[in-house]
Amino acid sequence: MRYAMVIDTLKCVGCSDCVVACQTENNVPIGYCRDWITETVNGAYPTIELELKSERCNHCENAPCVRCCPTGASHQLDNGIVLVTGDECIGCGACIESCPYDARFQHPDGYVDKCTFCHHRLEKGQLPSCVSVCPTKCMYFGDLDNPNSEVSRLLKNRKHKTLAPEAGTKPKVYYLI
Amino acid sequence: MTTSRRKFIKISALGLGGVAATTSAFNMFGSNSYLNEMVKENITKKLKRTPTYCEVCFWKCAGWTYSDNEGNIQKIIGNETDPHCYGRLCPRGTGGVGMYTDEDRLKTPLIRTTINGEETFKEASWEEALDLIASKFKGIKEKYGAESFALLKHGSPGKHLEHLFKAYGSDTIAEPAYAQCRGAREAGFALTYGSWVGSPEPTDIRDTKCLVLIGSHIGENMHNSQVQEMSDAIDNGATIITVDPRFSTAASKSKHWLAIKPATDIALMLAWINVIIEEGIYDKEYVEKYTTGFNELKDHVLNFTPEWAYGITTIKPEVIRKTAREMANAAPAVIIHPGRHVSWYGDDTQRARAMAILNGILGSWGRRGGFYLKESISVPKYPHPKYPHPKWDWRDIGEKYPMAQMGITTEVIRAAIPSADNKYPVKAMMVAGTNITKSIPEKALLEKAMDELEFMVVMDTMPMDVTGYADVVLPECTYLERYDGIRSATNREPSIAVRVPAVKPKYDSKPGWWVAKQIGERLGLGEFFNYNDYEEVIEWQLKQMGTSLEEMNKIGVKHFPRKSGPLYIEEDKKYEFPTASGKVELYSKELKNLGFDPLPNYTKHPEAPQGFYRLNYGRAPMHTFSRTANNPNLNDLKSENDLWVNPKVARIIGLKTGQKVWLRNQDEIISSFSIKVRVTERVRWDSVYMVHGFGHDNKKLSRAFGKGINDTQMVSKTMIDPIMGGTGMRGNFVEILTENPYKTVEI
Repeated sequence: MRYAMVIDTLKCVGCSDCVVACQTENNVPIGYCRDWITETVNGAYPTIELELKSERCNHCENAPCVRCCPTGASHQLDNGIVLVTGDECIGCGACIESCPYDARFQHPDGYVDKCTFCHHRLEKGQLPSCVSVCPTKCMYFGDLDNPNSEVSRLLKNRKHKTLAPEAGTKPKVYYLI
Repeated sequence: MTTSRRKFIKISALGLGGVAATTSAFNMFGSNSYLNEMVKENITKKLKRTPTYCEVCFWKCAGWTYSDNEGNIQKIIGNETDPHCYGRLCPRGTGGVGMYTDEDRLKTPLIRTTINGEETFKEASWEEALDLIASKFKGIKEKYGAESFALLKHGSPGKHLEHLFKAYGSDTIAEPAYAQCRGAREAGFALTYGSWVGSPEPTDIRDTKCLVLIGSHIGENMHNSQVQEMSDAIDNGATIITVDPRFSTAASKSKHWLAIKPATDIALMLAWINVIIEEGIYDKEYVEKYTTGFNELKDHVLNFTPEWAYGITTIKPEVIRKTAREMANAAPAVIIHPGRHVSWYGDDTQRARAMAILNGILGSWGRRGGFYLKESISVPKYPHPKYPHPKWDWRDIGEKYPMAQMGITTEVIRAAIPSADNKYPVKAMMVAGTNITKSIPEKALLEKAMDELEFMVVMDTMPMDVTGYADVVLPECTYLERYDGIRSATNREPSIAVRVPAVKPKYDSKPGWWVAKQIGERLGLGEFFNYNDYEEVIEWQLKQMGTSLEEMNKIGVKHFPRKSGPLYIEEDKKYEFPTASGKVELYSKELKNLGFDPLPNYTKHPEAPQGFYRLNYGRAPMHTFSRTANNPNLNDLKSENDLWVNPKVARIIGLKTGQKVWLRNQDEIISSFSIKVRVTERVRWDSVYMVHGFGHDNKKLSRAFGKGINDTQMVSKTMIDPIMGGTGMRGNFVEILTENPYKTVEI
C-alpha cells in the first residue's frame, strides 16, 4: 500500500473548497491551512497560460522532515503517510525548514501541523476531505501499488509532474498537466 | 489569489528567530497531549446530521449540517443525491458554517434613536421592535395605502415577507436579482423561446461537445452543478470557447479564448450568425421545423461579416470563422451559455436575443448536449385567505419597460423620491437578505431615496452597510438555525429539499418566517399565518406530496419522476414552444410591435477617455455578492479584492503589485478605500478588473470593513435597458490614483 494523490490541473479552478473543507474537517484554526491554492501565469496578453493547483504535504517517500526530526514526532507509516505525533513534537521547527514545499506550520497550540491525507477518514474507508468535496472532481486518491487503481491508471495514461523533483524527495502528490 | 498564509509565515519566521519562541512553544506541551486528544475527539465525535439547503448563494445546494451534542456546527457536507451539488458543496457552502459562527452577527433588534442630538441605535426587545414596525405598517396604509410600503428582498427570508406584504395589500416588491442581474437574459430568451432560462440554467453541459461562454466565468462563479459539469465536459474532450476581455479561469480551460474588446459582444455574435448562415452549416431541419423568421435573420446579418466584426471586436476574421464552424460541428450538442449577471450595457436583452438566436439556428434548445427540457414539481400552497388586490404594484412602477417581468429595484427606489409626476409614491421600505447599498449603483440617488422614506426596516443576519440606513434592524438567524420553504429544484428531473434547523438560533436572532408571522398577527392578519411553527407548514406540504418530515430528515432530497415527457425534443413528434407562434422566434414580432429592433443590432458604446480604464467586475469562487466578505472562514481565503492591471498600464502609471491605489471615476466619485494593485497579463490594457463585494463601510464588520474597493460605488452612470429596465453597469471609467486623496495636510 502506497497512498498517493493525483490532481488534474486541467480541471482545477482554484476555488479553495479543498482549503476550507480541510479546515472544517480537521479543526484547523482560522488563519492557518494544511492545503492551499497556487496560481501560475505565463505568457503575455493575449497568449497566456494559467495553472491553478491545490498544494499540501507531499507525503514524500524520502521525507526530509522525518529525517531531521530530533524526537521522532515526525514519522512515516507503512502506507507512506507522513504524520506528526503532537505530544512528541517539541516545536523546534527543523521540519518546517527542511520541507521544500512549505507544507508545515506551527499550530497555535505549539506543535507542528500539516496534511495527514485525512488518515482518520481513510481508516473509515472515506476519501480525504479535500478530495471528497472538490466541485471539479480534479482530485484523485488511491494506492500506487495497485496497478488498477484510478491513480495508477491516470499516471500511466496522462502527462504529469511533481513539485520540486530536484529536491529528490519522491513526492506522492502528482499533478496532471 | 494564493490562499492566505499570513500567520503561517509570521510564525515560522519566529521559530527561526531563536530560542525564546521555541522555548515558549515547548512550555505549552504540558497541555499538548490533552489538546491533541481534543482534536482527535472532535474529529471522531459522533455528529448529528440535519438536512439543509445552502443560503450562501442562490444555487441552493442541498447538504447535511453536522453538529455535536453541545450544539456546535462542525461541518456542512453536500447531499450526494442533490442535482445542484452531487454531494460536493462549493467553498462557500462548506464555509457556510462561518455565517453561524461570525461574532459580528446582528444579535438583537435595534431601533434608531436620538441621544444628545446624535442619531444612534439602541438595543430593543423583539416586542418593542415588532410593535413599532406594525404601527408603521398601519400608519402607511392609512395615510397612503398599503402599496406605498415596498419590499426589496432576496433569497429564502424574502419569500416569507412577500407573503406578509401580499396579505397586507402591497405587491410593491422587487429584488436586485432581476434588473441588476439576470433579468435581461430572461427577457431575451422568453422573447425567443417563450420561457425564461430560469435557475439553475437548463444547460446540458455534461453532454455538450462545445460550450461557449460569453463573459460568463464558470469556475469563478461557483454555480455548483455547472462547475461540476464543465469539469465532466473537459474530461469528455468538449471544446470550450470563452469570449472575455479578461483571461478568466474558464478562458484558461478553453481551446479558444477570444480576447474581445469590451462592449462589442453583439457584433461578434452577428458575425457568427453570418458565417453559420452563409456557409449553410446551421441546423436546417430544426430551423425549418421549429423556428420562424429565418429569412429575415438571413437578410439582417448579410453585411455583418467577420471582416466587419474584426474592426469592432478586435477578433480576427479567421478566428470568428473557425469558432463558428466548431460550434456548428458540435451542434446540436452546443451551448451558447445565457450567462447570469448580464446587466452590462443597456442593450442586454438584445445581446441575450443574439445568444438565443445562435442557439436556435444551431438547434441546441431541447437537444442533448444543448439545453434540456427542465422540469420541477410544484409545492402545494399552505391554505390561507385570498390576498387583497393592490391598486398599483411593481408592474405599474416599471410600466415604462414593457418586458419587465419582475419588479425593477431601481424603479422602486426612484419611486421613493417625491416628484409631481410620481403616481406611485413609495413611503416605507423593508429590505431583507439584500445589501442594496452594494448591489444598487448610483449611490447618490439611493441615499436620497432612503432619506425620503418615512420608515425603513432591514432584516439580515449581518450588520451589512444597508442596516446603517434603517430605522429598525431585525437580526435574522442564519439558514443553519431555521426552517424555510421547501426548495423545489428545476432540473433534469423534479426534486425537493428541506431546510431543518441544526442548532438553536444564536443570540436573540429569529427566523424570517417568525418575523413575518409576528408582524402579520399584529396587523390582524393572523389567518394568513395559521401555524405555530413553520415546521407545520412543511409537514403539511410534504404530506400532500406523499412524503413526510420524518422521511426528509433521513434523505434530505426527494426525487420525483418526470411528467412533462422526455428530457429532449423527440425528433419524430410535434413540439410546440410556448411562444405566440408556437415556434422559436428568431425574428421577434413582439419586439417590432413594441417599437424595438426585431433582430439584434450592434450599438457602439462609449469608450474610456484618455487616462481612464473601463471598470469591469466579477466574482471570486469563495465569495457571494457582498454577503460573505466578513465570514471568518471565507474571509480567511480571500480578505479583500485587488485591482487587476495590465503590465503596460502599470508601466505607464508606475504601479507595482501590492501597491495601494484609489480610484476616481468619470463623475469624479473617489473610492472610499484603497485597493491593492495586481499587475497581471490576464487583463486588457483598456480595462481594469476587480471582484465584486468588498469595500464594506460598516465598522461593525470587523474583518471586512475598509478592505478593498466597492465596485458598485464607482458605478455612478448606468445604461438602462429600454426593453426590461435592466441596469447596465459596465460603462464606467476610472482613473488610478497613487496618492491618498483623503490625506489631510498639516498646517
